[in-house]
Amino acid sequence: MFKILAGRIGEYKKATILTPLFMVGEVAMEVIIPTVMAVLIDHMGTESLADIVRYGLLLLGLAFVSLFCGMKSARYGATASTGFAKNLRRDLFYKTLDFSFEDVDEFSSSSLVTRLTNDVSQLQMAFQMLIRMAVRTPLMLVFSVLMSFRINHRMSLIFLMIIPFMGTFLWLIFHISHPIFRRIFKRYDALNNSVQENVAGIRVVKSFVREDYEIQKFKKTSEEVRNDFVHAEKVMALNNPFNMLCIKTTILLVCYFAAKIIINTHSTELTTGQLSSLISYGVQILTAMMMMSMVFIQVTFSTEAASRISEVLDHSSRLVSPENGITEVKDGSIVFDHVFFKYGEHSRNYALSDINLDIRSGQTIGIIGATGSSKTSLIQLISRLYDVTEGSVKVSGHDVREYDLKSLRDQVAVVLQKNVLFSGTIKDNLRWGNKDASDEEIKRVCRLAQADEFIEQFPDKYDTMLSQGGTNVSGGQKQRLCIARALLKKPKIIILDDSTSAVDTKTDALIRQAFKKEIPDTTKIIIAQRVNSIEESDQIIVLDNGKIVEHGTHDELMKLKGIYYEVYDSQTRRKGDDL
Amino acid sequence: MPPRPQRFVSDKKIDMKSLKRLMSYVLRRYGMRFVVVFICICLSSVSTVIVNNFMAKLIDTVIIPGLDTGFDAIRDKLYQIIFNMLIFDILGLAAAVIYPQIMAVVGQGTIKSLRDDMFENMETLPIRYFDRHAHGEIMSTYTNDVGTIRMLVGQTIPQALSSLLSIAVILFSMVNYSIWLTVFVLLVAYLMFVITKKFGGKSTKYMAAQQKSIAEEEGFIEEMMEGLKVVKVFTHEEEARKDFDRVNEQLFRDSETANATANSLMPILANVGNIMYVVLAIVGGLLVVMKIPNLSLKGVSTISIGVIISFLSLSRQLSHTISQVSQQVSAIAMALAGSDRVFALIDEKPEEDEGYVMLVNAYKDENGELHEADHHTGLWAWKHYHAQSDHSTTYVELKGDIQMVDVDFAYEPDKQVLFDVSLYAHPGQKIAFVGATGAGKTTITNLINRFYDIPDGKIRYDGINVNKIKKPDLRRSLGMVLQDVNLFTGTVMDNIRYGKLDATDEECINAAKLANAHDFIMRLPEGYDTMLTGNGQQLSQGQRQLLSIARAAVADPPVMILDEATSSIDTRTEALVQRGMDNLMEGRTVFVIAHRLSTVRNSDAIMVLDHGHIVERGTHEQLLEQKGIYYQLYTGAFELE
Repeated sequence: MFKILAGRIGEYKKATILTPLFMVGEVAMEVIIPTVMAVLIDHMGTESLADIVRYGLLLLGLAFVSLFCGMKSARYGATASTGFAKNLRRDLFYKTLDFSFEDVDEFSSSSLVTRLTNDVSQLQMAFQMLIRMAVRTPLMLVFSVLMSFRINHRMSLIFLMIIPFMGTFLWLIFHISHPIFRRIFKRYDALNNSVQENVAGIRVVKSFVREDYEIQKFKKTSEEVRNDFVHAEKVMALNNPFNMLCIKTTILLVCYFAAKIIINTHSTELTTGQLSSLISYGVQILTAMMMMSMVFIQVTFSTEAASRISEVLDHSSRLVSPENGITEVKDGSIVFDHVFFKYGEHSRNYALSDINLDIRSGQTIGIIGATGSSKTSLIQLISRLYDVTEGSVKVSGHDVREYDLKSLRDQVAVVLQKNVLFSGTIKDNLRWGNKDASDEEIKRVCRLAQADEFIEQFPDKYDTMLSQGGTNVSGGQKQRLCIARALLKKPKIIILDDSTSAVDTKTDALIRQAFKKEIPDTTKIIIAQRVNSIEESDQIIVLDNGKIVEHGTHDELMKLKGIYYEVYDSQTRRKGDDL
Repeated sequence: MPPRPQRFVSDKKIDMKSLKRLMSYVLRRYGMRFVVVFICICLSSVSTVIVNNFMAKLIDTVIIPGLDTGFDAIRDKLYQIIFNMLIFDILGLAAAVIYPQIMAVVGQGTIKSLRDDMFENMETLPIRYFDRHAHGEIMSTYTNDVGTIRMLVGQTIPQALSSLLSIAVILFSMVNYSIWLTVFVLLVAYLMFVITKKFGGKSTKYMAAQQKSIAEEEGFIEEMMEGLKVVKVFTHEEEARKDFDRVNEQLFRDSETANATANSLMPILANVGNIMYVVLAIVGGLLVVMKIPNLSLKGVSTISIGVIISFLSLSRQLSHTISQVSQQVSAIAMALAGSDRVFALIDEKPEEDEGYVMLVNAYKDENGELHEADHHTGLWAWKHYHAQSDHSTTYVELKGDIQMVDVDFAYEPDKQVLFDVSLYAHPGQKIAFVGATGAGKTTITNLINRFYDIPDGKIRYDGINVNKIKKPDLRRSLGMVLQDVNLFTGTVMDNIRYGKLDATDEECINAAKLANAHDFIMRLPEGYDTMLTGNGQQLSQGQRQLLSIARAAVADPPVMILDEATSSIDTRTEALVQRGMDNLMEGRTVFVIAHRLSTVRNSDAIMVLDHGHIVERGTHEQLLEQKGIYYQLYTGAFELE
C-alpha cells in the first residue's frame, strides 16, 4: 500500500527530501540554543561583558539559522504534500477514466468521488505530518536526551525513567479511546443521515404529520452521540494532566538533585545555567512524546483512506484495448454468435444466454422486453462496454475485442438510458460527439434529433448554459440533445437505449423518419417501452430473462400471438375506438 | 414548480451578539459548572507561574548562598521551596484534571441542546424554507457549523481564558522582577502580534482561494464521476484528462501557497520568541555586569542572575502563550460565523397555524347525530368550536369533499403560477390533473394540504375553510404519494408503518398487499425485515413507488393525492403500480397528477392545466369531443412531460 502511495511523490521528490532535512536543521538549532544559553547565563556570573556579547551574537545567529530552516521546511513541506496530493488525485482520476463499465459499477460513482476528494485530502495531511512532524518529534526527543546527557548524565537519567511511563500511558489512552471513536463516527453518521433524510423528505414528514415522531427519534440519536462523545472526551482529557504530572515531577526531581549536586560539587559538575537548560530539555522531551502520540493517531486514522485509494489504483481492469487494434470499422453489420454474458465472475445467473443475431448494415432493429430482461446488457456488448462471457460479438466482420477501443466506440454510438449532460453550453455538450464539428453540422444533427426547434426558442440558442445534470431542460428535451450528441459522431451504428421515453409520440416518429431518410447506411438499434417506436423495424427482438423469445418483423410477431402481441394489444387498446 | 434554492452566501461580518447568546446558552444550563471550570482554569494558570517564581528563588536563595555555606546549611530551605512547588503543582494538576472532565459534559451538552433545538425548529418550518435553502447548506449547519461551536465551547473558550490569565499573571511577575526588562518584552510581544496579524490576514486570503479551488475541483470530479459512463461511450477520456489537469493544477497552486503560509507561522513565532529570549539574555547580562540599578515593584535593587533566569523562562512562556492566542482568535472567528447560521436556523419562523378545527374520532347516536368518541371508531369528524360566536361546538363528518374557488398563487411575489383555479371534488370522486411540466399541477395539491398558504376561504374541506383546520389534522386526513419517493433508514416494515405508527404487522402486510408490494417484499432477502438505507437505494424505482403506496394505504385517509412517477418503469411494473394505485383510490376522494393517460381515462373529471390556468375540464369523452389540448395530448401530438 505504501509503495503505491510513495510512487505518487514524482517530481516533488526534491521537496519531499528537503523538508525533513531542513527540519533536522531547525530541530538541531532548537536543541543547541538552550545549551549555548546555559553558557551565556554562566558567563553572567563571571561578569565578562565581551563573553556575554560573543555568546549572545552566536545565539542570535543560531536563532536566524533556525528561522531559515524552519521557513524552508515549511515551504518545502507545503509543496511536497500538496504536490503529492495533486499527483495522487491525477493518477486516481486517470485510472477511473480507464475503468470499464464493470469497474464503475463495482466502485459506484459516489464512492469514487469520496476517494478522490476526502480520502486524498486526508492523505495529504497525513503525508505532511509524516515528512514534518514525524521527523521533528523523534529527533527532538533524541537530541534533547543526548544534550541533557552531555550536560549531566546522572540528571538525564531522570528523563529516561519518565519516558516509558509516559509512553505506556499514551498507548493506553489511545487503546481505550480508539474503539470509542470508531463507534462515535458510526453514530455521528447516523445522526447526520437522520437530518439528511428529514431535509430531503420533509414533504413526507409533514404530510404524515410525523414531526414529533422525527424529533423524538432525533433526540434519541443525539443523546447517544452526546454520551459517546462525553465518554471519549473524558478519556482523552486525562492525557493532558498526565503529561503535566510527568513534566512537573521531572522538574521537581531535577531541581532537588541539581541543587544538591551544584552545591556539593561547587559548580564543577553542574552549574546554575545548566540547571535551567536541563529543565528546558525536560519540557522538550515530554512535549515531543505528546506530539509523537498525536502524529501516531493521525497517521493511523488515515490508513483507511490510504487503503481505499490503493484499492482503486491497484485495480486492474480486465477490459483493455488490444495493442495494434483495428482502427477502422468498415460497415455497421453486427453478429452475435452464441453469446453468453454475466455481470462479474461470481454472479450465478447469466444476464444473457445463447444470443444469436445477424444484423446487416443499415438495418433498424427494435428491442423490447420487461425490466431486467437484459435489453441494456445486450446492446452494451456491441461497443464493448462489457466483454462477453462466452461466444463472440462481431462488428463489420471482426470480433469487437480485435478493435482499438477508442475507434470502436467512436463508430458505435450509444445513447445511454441514464444519460448525463454536463455543465456548459448546449454547443459544448454537443461537441462531445465531435470536438471539431462546425456550427452547420451541429445544427444538422439537432434537426435530425428534432432538437433544433426548441433550442432556437431559447434566448441564447445554442449558447444556452446547461446546469449540472442538465436540470434546466425537460426530460424530453434532454433526451433529444443526447441523441443529437451521439449523431454528431457520424457513427456506423447508433444505439438508442430507451432514449425517447419522455419524447412525445409525434416527435418520436419524426426522429425515426429522419433517421431513415438522412442516415440510411447507419445501423439503428432501438430499445423502447412503446411498441410504436419499434413497430416498423426490420427485425424486432423480444427479450425475456436474458433470452430471445421472439424474433422477426412486426407482422411475423403479431401472428405468433405471444408476448409481443400482448404488449402491442395492451398499448394500442387504450386508444379509444373513436380515434 | 417552486423556485430553485439559491446558493448560500455567507457574510463575513462577525458581531458579538452570537458569542453573547452562545455563552448564555452555556451558562443557563451549566452556570455552576462553568464557575467551577473558571476557578480551575485560574488555579492552573496561576500555579504554573508561581512554581516558576520558586525556581528563581531556588537559585537566588538556596543554590548561590549554598555554594558558600555548603549543602547542610541550606537543606531546610531547599526542602521548603521544593515543598511549596509541590503544593502548587498538586493544586494546578488537580485543577487540570477536573476542568476538562466538566468541560466534556458542558461542551457536548451544549452541542446536543443546539442540535435538538435546530432539529426541533427545522421540523416546524414551512416547505418554503426548504425550497429556498440548498439541502447541502442545511446539512452543513448541522455538521460544520456545529463542529466549530464544539471546538469553541469545549476547547477554545477554556484555552483563551487560560491564555489571557496566563498573560496577565506573567506580566505581573515580570513587573515584579524588573520593569525595564518588562518594557522590552512588551515591545517584542507587540512585534509578534503584528506578525501574526499580517500573516493571519494573508493566510485567510490564501485559505479562501484554496477553498474556492477545492469547491471547483470537487464539482468537476462529482460531475465526471456521475457521467463516467457517458465519458466512456463518447471516448472523451483525453479531453477529460486535459480539463482535470487544469483544475488540478490550480488547486495545487492555491493549496501550496495556503499551506506554506500556514506552516510558516509556527517557525516564525517560535524564532521571534527565540530571538527575544537571546536579546533578553544579552540585555539582562549587560544589566548584571554593568550593575545598572533595577526598577521593580519591590523597589530599586541590582539585578540578580536568578532574576534573569526566571525572566527568561517567563518570556518563553509569554511568547508561547501569544502564539496560542493567535490560533484561538481565528478559531473564535470561525465559530462565531458558524453560530450565526446555527441561531438563524433556530430562530427561523415556524410554519404558521391559526387553525382550531380538530379531527376527532366520532360515533353517531340513534338520531344520526355526531358525538366525539375517545377511541378509534372508524368514523371521523371535524370538531368545530365557535369561539367568536356562541361558544358552541359542532361536529361535521369527515367525508372528503373539497372545493377550490378562484385560487391565485405565486411562489414569488411577481411570478404568479396559478390563475383563477376553481374546482369541486365530491366525496369518492377522482379528479385528474393533466398538463406540461410547470403548468401548476403539483402546486394545486400543495395548496390543498397547505404546504403553502393562501388567503382565507378559497379552499373548503367538507365545507370548512381549510385555514381554520389545524394543519396536522388537515394533513392526517390527506394521504400523499409523491412522485419522488423518500424512504427512511429502517426496515421495510418500519417504512410502511410510517403511515400509521400504531399499525400492527398484519395491518402493514395488508397494506402492502393492497399496494401490490407484498410479492416483491417477500422476495427480498429478509422480507419485511430487510433494512433499507440511503433512501432505499437497493430497490428499483418501481418498487420504491409501491412501498410509498403501501405507506399511504396503511394510513387509510379519506382523501388521497397521488403524483404519478415519471421515470421510465417497464410496462409490467407500471401495471403493478397502476393496480396498486387503483386499489388505493377505491372509495376515496382522489386527486391524481397524471403522467400517463391510461390513468386519466376513468376519472370523474379531468383538469387540463396550461401555464397555471385550467384550460379544459370534463370527462374523458367530453374532452375528446372538444378536440382541444387534451385531444392533442391524447393522440400524442404534444409532449406530456
